[in-house]
Amino acid sequence: MNGMENNVAAPVADTAPALLEVRSLRVEFPTRRGTLVAVDDVSFSLRAGEILGVVGESGAGKSMTGTAIIGLLEPPGRIAGGEILLEGRRIDNLDYERMRRIRGKEIGAIFQDPLTSLNPLYTVGRQLVETIRTHLTMTEAQARRHALDMLKEVGIPAAEERIDHYPHQFSGGMRQRVVIALALCAGPKLVIADEPTTALDVSIQAQIITLLKRLCRDHGTAVMLVTHDMGVIAEAADRVAVMYAGRLVEIGPAQAVIRDAHHPYTRGLMGSIPTIGRDVERLEQIDGSMPRLDAIPPGCAFNPRCRQRFGRCEREKPSLIGQGDRAVACWLHEQGEGAS
Amino acid sequence: MLAFVLRRLVQSLLVMFFVALLAFSMFRFLGDPIAQMVGQDTSLQERERLRVELGLNDPVPVQFARYVAGVLKGEFGISYRIGRPVDELIAERLPATLELSFVAALFALLAGIPMGVYTGLYPDRWLSKVLLSLSLMGIALPTFLIGILLILIFGVNLGLLPTFGRGEVVHIGFWSTGFLTISGLKSLIMPAITLGMFQLALIMRLVRSEMLEVLRTDFIKFARARGLSNRAVYFGHALKNTLVPVITITGLQIGSIIAFAIITESVFQWPGMGLLFIQAIQFVDIPVMSTYLILIAFFFVVINLTVDLLYYAVDPRLRVHGGAGGK
Repeated sequence: MNGMENNVAAPVADTAPALLEVRSLRVEFPTRRGTLVAVDDVSFSLRAGEILGVVGESGAGKSMTGTAIIGLLEPPGRIAGGEILLEGRRIDNLDYERMRRIRGKEIGAIFQDPLTSLNPLYTVGRQLVETIRTHLTMTEAQARRHALDMLKEVGIPAAEERIDHYPHQFSGGMRQRVVIALALCAGPKLVIADEPTTALDVSIQAQIITLLKRLCRDHGTAVMLVTHDMGVIAEAADRVAVMYAGRLVEIGPAQAVIRDAHHPYTRGLMGSIPTIGRDVERLEQIDGSMPRLDAIPPGCAFNPRCRQRFGRCEREKPSLIGQGDRAVACWLHEQGEGAS
Repeated sequence: MLAFVLRRLVQSLLVMFFVALLAFSMFRFLGDPIAQMVGQDTSLQERERLRVELGLNDPVPVQFARYVAGVLKGEFGISYRIGRPVDELIAERLPATLELSFVAALFALLAGIPMGVYTGLYPDRWLSKVLLSLSLMGIALPTFLIGILLILIFGVNLGLLPTFGRGEVVHIGFWSTGFLTISGLKSLIMPAITLGMFQLALIMRLVRSEMLEVLRTDFIKFARARGLSNRAVYFGHALKNTLVPVITITGLQIGSIIAFAIITESVFQWPGMGLLFIQAIQFVDIPVMSTYLILIAFFFVVINLTVDLLYYAVDPRLRVHGGAGGK
């Protein structure tokens, strides 16, 4: 590992023990033309019941981080370094069978596309009962009652009837509700929601986010909410982590980061959100595009697009530098002077 | 649903009608059946008389109409060669062919599906590679060669299995079965393997590629994320989703098994319909040939209908129309 960067732990404001702790996670994809680093030295933690938004462009490594946590990286992708701890237990080195018992039971997952997440050949009830009985000791009848309760809880109307319907008989939004029910049915402490609203209509998106927020508050479930939509973050997240080209560039309380972003990239992201009531000629945009994984520039990966870069940015990789409950990986903030 | 079945039945009758028409017009080019029926020294007048008697001088459409009218009354004609009603001849031979085809199809499915699942799940294991190479041979080797090789090894060299015929059969009503005697079962082994080998290789490769396809889908990834056991993921979720194409191909292949039993039956002198048909061709035995072809068309039609109905059983998206909302 790149030793000098490891001294920085993700800032934890509370004294409450972390539910999930990711330390210097590195995910690699060996390819014929060399090894691609999809996630590079990423550290953060999540407290019980907290919603952490993870934002970034496509390919920034946010989904990959989520996939690594549930242990479902597709070979040849692999965790090449770092640790993942769930309630203080390491889970990144468990064998398939032991990790399988954690998936669904302790860490639930919600995927992007509700249309393809459900098996078309089985009723939603059967898929729920199957999941419940995999993790909880229940009879068929008990599991079905529990499945019915879950469907009611996620707001499926006429759940008694709908439980025996097949996925294709549900609309996209309703299917995502079913997927949420499936993710929560065994009572996990953490849910990894990978772009849960991206495939949905805008009007449905808000409903699903509200639902997710309410359910997690009611059950005390923490959520790692992966999205590229800053609006979703502003709406739902307690804290936000910003990723760029496989690295974490900024992390902190959502409201603070949105109001006063420290990293030039985060500021660029915020500038590109349209705001009602603010009269601007045109939205700010970040010039250029995120580098491909096989062409990440040396130094700070963002430096070719950064308007405030200086010599050091092109030579040295900045690490996360903590400041209270916030941290930013940018040389502009090295001595903790305020944002320029 | 009922309307669907009825529509398919009407279509099926049409298909069979055209098969018969096609077969009938082709038979004109096979030669003169009279030449096969009579001796060298039969006079021309005698031949002419026979020809009129059998209606062979009438135009083909008339002959065809006469044949169809007969079929509708349940009369399939008299074999020129054997001089017995064709339906009787076929009924005698039918059980042999159907039993052989059934066992061959069962063999292909019971071996092909597990082998396909295995090679799909573990594409990198050496056993998968061996199975895949063998399956290529199964597809590439001609049926008769496999049959002859089997006869050579297990029949001639090792002397384990009978090399021809059906062994002892037991008659149950009109049906004669080889399932109930040891010699009948032993006689079945080699022909069934020979006949099923190609289908086995085909089904295995199909199941494999479908498994590889399905295992990449989101719902399999989500099933894993739900923490389901590998068994539930592979067999409950993945395999079932491969079934629709497998059923389609298997259905078509069962039709082919029955139709192409001809070659296997010739190699093993299996007393089935295929052998009867080959002999009929040599003799230009038009009633036997027509009836055989119509029967094969009938089997195809029935199998395809069954396949369509099985789709409904497997895939709920076809079963339920409308439903609430959604794409």
